Amino acid sequence: MDLAIDLGPHAAFIWTAYGVVTLVLAGLIAWLILDGREQERRLKDFAARGVKRRSERS
Amino acid sequence: MQTITQRLANPTQFMELSARVLPWLAGAAAAVIAYGLYLAFFVAPPDYQQGETARIMFVHVPSAWLSMAGYTVIAISAFGLLVFRHPLADVSAKAAAPIGAAFTFLALVTGSLWGRPTWGTYWVWDARLTSVLILFFLYLGLIALRSSIEDETLASKLTAVLALVGIVMLPIIKFSVEYGKTLHQKASVLRLGGPTMDPSLLHPLLVMALGFTLLFAALHVKAMRNEILRRRVKTLQMAEVERAQAGRLAAAE
Repeated sequence: MDLAIDLGPHAAFIWTAYGVVTLVLAGLIAWLILDGREQERRLKDFAARGVKRRSERS
Repeated sequence: MQTITQRLANPTQFMELSARVLPWLAGAAAAVIAYGLYLAFFVAPPDYQQGETARIMFVHVPSAWLSMAGYTVIAISAFGLLVFRHPLADVSAKAAAPIGAAFTFLALVTGSLWGRPTWGTYWVWDARLTSVLILFFLYLGLIALRSSIEDETLASKLTAVLALVGIVMLPIIKFSVEYGKTLHQKASVLRLGGPTMDPSLLHPLLVMALGFTLLFAALHVKAMRNEILRRRVKTLQMAEVERAQAGRLAAAE
């Protein structure tokens, strides 16, 4: 396996395409993880204050 | 004995099940994409006509497929909400919109980057490119419409109707290369009579498509979990306001 990749005269287009895909997907993953943590933090905050959903009260 | 659909209809059961499935889904997506990238850069030969630039296909085509698959998920969810009032249908539709929009954006950008060295231009207003751009705006429209209406129930119904109307874009995109005026090549994988692509390029493409599909599924499940948590937070906020109002009324009496 040759690890040195020669992508020819249009290498910039290929690397840019893969770079944009990486950035957008990494951004999407980061946003979903951070959003999930924020919602869990807010739920814990409510639980600490004793505010419960109806289904949790019984 | 509950069916899988009945189990998934209950948000609490969905949260339990998805918490177990999500790490496997994400792990499988990462492993398959890593293998796909290895095939794309170290195994697949350069295309006999386009040379190395054909390697953009391994991210462009899966993104384009998922731009349409994502919209199909939204449309099926919208149907599930309007017809069956499935409790998770709206959660699914809302969660899929930004993910589908992201893959459509990627299809447009990577297609443009592939077009410049192949066609000599980043963009032409032809049937395929323009219809995919309209699909991207449709995604943005769904997101904007939902966020512009405060009443969650009304917002979900209106976006569901728009999503079902917008499904007309899918056959337009699919057949734009057959009947429209376009620089874009005709379908070479999903076509009657089987793929026309050489197996040395087709195999890495299918592996990348599987990896991207697994990633889409993982992102969708995660986004649905976030949305369920967000709705729980909203319910608790309302419960807290009601409790404060009841306390004030009791104090006044």
